[in-house]
Amino acid sequence: MNDFIDMFFNPELILKVLPDLVAVGLVNTLILAISATLIALLIGMLIAMALISRHRWLSWPARVYVDLLRGLPVILTIFLIGQGLPYMGVQPFGPSAYPYGIVSLGLIGSAYMAEIFRSGIQSIHHGQLEAARALGMSYGTAMARIVVPQGVRNVFPALTNQFIGIVKDTSLVYVLGLAVGERELYRIGQDMSQRVGNLSPLVAAGLVYLLITVPLTYYVNWLDKRLRTGKVPVIIEDAVDTTESEGAHA
Amino acid sequence: MTTFGVTVNGLHKKFGENEVLKGIDLDVRPGEVVCIIGPSGSGKSTLLRSMNLLEVPSSGSIRVGDDEITDIRTDINAVRSHIGMVFQSFNLFPHMTVERNITVALERVKSVGKEEAKRIALDRLREVGLEAKASSRPFNLSGGQQQRVAIARALAMQPGIMLFDEVTSALDPELVKGVLNIMMKLASEGMTMVVVTHEMGFARQVADRVVFMDAGRIVEQGPPEQIFGDPQSPRLRSFLSEVL
Repeated sequence: MNDFIDMFFNPELILKVLPDLVAVGLVNTLILAISATLIALLIGMLIAMALISRHRWLSWPARVYVDLLRGLPVILTIFLIGQGLPYMGVQPFGPSAYPYGIVSLGLIGSAYMAEIFRSGIQSIHHGQLEAARALGMSYGTAMARIVVPQGVRNVFPALTNQFIGIVKDTSLVYVLGLAVGERELYRIGQDMSQRVGNLSPLVAAGLVYLLITVPLTYYVNWLDKRLRTGKVPVIIEDAVDTTESEGAHA
Repeated sequence: MTTFGVTVNGLHKKFGENEVLKGIDLDVRPGEVVCIIGPSGSGKSTLLRSMNLLEVPSSGSIRVGDDEITDIRTDINAVRSHIGMVFQSFNLFPHMTVERNITVALERVKSVGKEEAKRIALDRLREVGLEAKASSRPFNLSGGQQQRVAIARALAMQPGIMLFDEVTSALDPELVKGVLNIMMKLASEGMTMVVVTHEMGFARQVADRVVFMDAGRIVEQGPPEQIFGDPQSPRLRSFLSEVL
């Protein structure tokens, strides 16, 4: 039992790794996760608009993009993008692996975000778009002002979940090779664990992850409940849609 | 804004293999109130929705005021901004206050300033008796109130014609009257109105002309006294015997 505690919860080692974990690891994990999420939200929204487009030459490439990035293991994609781009001479951010890690996570995230946005937008009753168009709004204005804001609100919990996923996936960026000051939580825990032959530093890293992810999970659950109990205006289509069955909405 | 008419010529509409409109000719004069009645699936809603191009005709032409809306060179957004439409399911924007529901199109479509838009919105809300609800959210209103806001929203754009698509069908019976009263007032003010409705009492009382549709065609039309008092076709007679 003492062996167990010493291997996983050695207080000395945990205290020893903690300063680096917080000052370097946590900061980098958050920078990686937040930057990647911003990229994922932006590209994800554009891909979502393409996915719901009636033009095949827009929706089809978007569909392929989403299927590929969601279908591949994260670590494989990180390697392909993070090593592939610099290898091909595409080095807009210089030789450091760090930004390529952000781009990789952002692109992978965008595929998931795109599907979340798409489902949110498509959950909005078609009458909303029709009412906006009937008032004279262009398709773009109607989507931007009327449909998308409602759709995003409905999927906000799912988007937050995706952020939690990205936080955890930042632990894979180390495969691209990070400089000492660029190491995120996992790498810092892992480095010291290997050096001292004890898993306590890694456990400490795990605890810091949990400090981020668990409260967020509860926040998501709370949000979800609030959305479902209607304290926030979600789409309320209590009006029975008994539009004539003329196949008009087929 | 002057009121204007709509002319439909040889309108056909197909959904896949299903031909919903089989050649419609209809001329609505400026200031006229035309009620379209008929059984479910007769194509009356599709005809109405064609008048602002929510449904794109398979063939035929539609002229609203001076605009040939079926001409692809027509700026449909500009034309729609002066065609008011009210839907069966209200379609208020639930993420906006009642006032914002009205001002958003004024600001975004007609480039009306914020203050002016607010003033117009409150004026229109007063006309439908809902000025006090300006800062409410739609889901806090009754169905009848929501529909009155939807009418105020359409009127705020100063339309030259109003299209009503079964606007009382989703309402509880006791809420229908308030909505119909507003429509009657509008009719008496000279607004051109095309009204798809199951409210035969409203059609009889307010319509200048009643159009009976069945299976994608206009079967019979005329003044309400004639349509309800002396129906000519067997189909209209059997329809009336079922709904009256």
